[in-house]
Amino acid sequence: MRKLFLPLIVVATAMFAYAPYMINEAAYESSMGLVQKIFYFHAPSGMVMLVSAVVCGIASALYLWRRKPADDHLAMAAAELTVLYGLIVMLTGPLWARKAWGIWWDWDARLTMSFVGWLIAISYLFVRKYGGPGSDKLGAALAVFGTANVPFIYLSVNFWRTLHPKTSVVPTLPPLIRGPFWFSALALFLMYLLLLTARLHLERQRAALDALYLAEED
Amino acid sequence: MFITTALLVLRKDFAIEVRSREILYTTLLFALSCVLIFSIAFVKEGEPLLDAAAGILWIAVEFAGTLALGKTFERERYGETLRALLLAPAPRAAIYVGKMLGVVLLLAVAELLLVPLVALLFHAPLLAQPLLLVALLAVGTIGFSIVGTLFAAMLVRARSRDVMLPILLYPMTVPIMIAGVRGTSALLESPADLASAGMWIGLLASLDVVFLTIALWTFEPLMTE
Repeated sequence: MRKLFLPLIVVATAMFAYAPYMINEAAYESSMGLVQKIFYFHAPSGMVMLVSAVVCGIASALYLWRRKPADDHLAMAAAELTVLYGLIVMLTGPLWARKAWGIWWDWDARLTMSFVGWLIAISYLFVRKYGGPGSDKLGAALAVFGTANVPFIYLSVNFWRTLHPKTSVVPTLPPLIRGPFWFSALALFLMYLLLLTARLHLERQRAALDALYLAEED
Repeated sequence: MFITTALLVLRKDFAIEVRSREILYTTLLFALSCVLIFSIAFVKEGEPLLDAAAGILWIAVEFAGTLALGKTFERERYGETLRALLLAPAPRAAIYVGKMLGVVLLLAVAELLLVPLVALLFHAPLLAQPLLLVALLAVGTIGFSIVGTLFAAMLVRARSRDVMLPILLYPMTVPIMIAGVRGTSALLESPADLASAGMWIGLLASLDVVFLTIALWTFEPLMTE
């Protein structure tokens, strides 16, 4: 990944520069108007957020199981990015909702699930920052529980009520929207991978620095 | 062996609690004040808002439970007995189960007080379906205690644990609260919506199984220094 890092940054930058042009060229959705363009980064950000949360959960479970610091570093990096992408989702979602449903927020299944998942990711960072010694294991347990919780949150709110467009929207997109959509999704995923690598590197350096301090003290 | 150890831990906590009754009284009083605060918010011109009773009942249980959870392990830490407890030649998971059962029992006592109180103060026919209500409260309380006891145990050694516990616990117990509140209000409808109440009880029961499995698996590595 280290050798690929620089060329991939160039590719990602080019994709981000080209994306607005593509989105502008995409078919104009008549009922939503200009607001529909939010879709090109709202939905992919949501996908990345979910992937990142799952990465964090799996890495945390592995860390609890075999205690390798590398797993913990990955969980930490993924949790931070879950919060970041969650923020994008949380900011762009209400803008869309205002136009589509006439309200800024609704307690529908997907919205509630994203919100709760985002809160759990934030509380993970909170534990890591203010938990003191042993907070790595604490955070790992939190992440494992949080990941196991996702289907239950989804089921419970789904029985409760649902308003958000279903996942079936994406595979059935009209061709003129589909192209720019997957282009944007790819760009955001690429950015996620790059950020994850950079954050992982930082976490590794920090662990190495801590180890050096400890060695110096002994 | 496993069950004996769990019951021993439960008996030990019970013996300490019987002497002072500190946790029981503070939890009950706290639950009582919660209901009082809610009555200010949700009673309009002498008539409680529709559906308020179910929410008030469950929020009071959750808040009082958080208080009790914090206290349960605070006592171990204060008496510096946690290390001794963990050093005991017994499976760690059994210690966890014993602690968890203690929290469940305590919350059951609190619910014995809360249910009639909420039914009375908010004109809710909570006792119309006693068996289903007991089943719903049981699976909900057990689920809450499973997550809560594990988090409280983990936080014993953490800094700022008093603030941390609710922050970690409330997002995690969202499905329990939804299922509990929705199930209770299904029971409160007239006639009671038995099918959806049963569905919520089923959801909570499966959640209990999943969470208990994870908790039993994670308690051991979490409590190892």
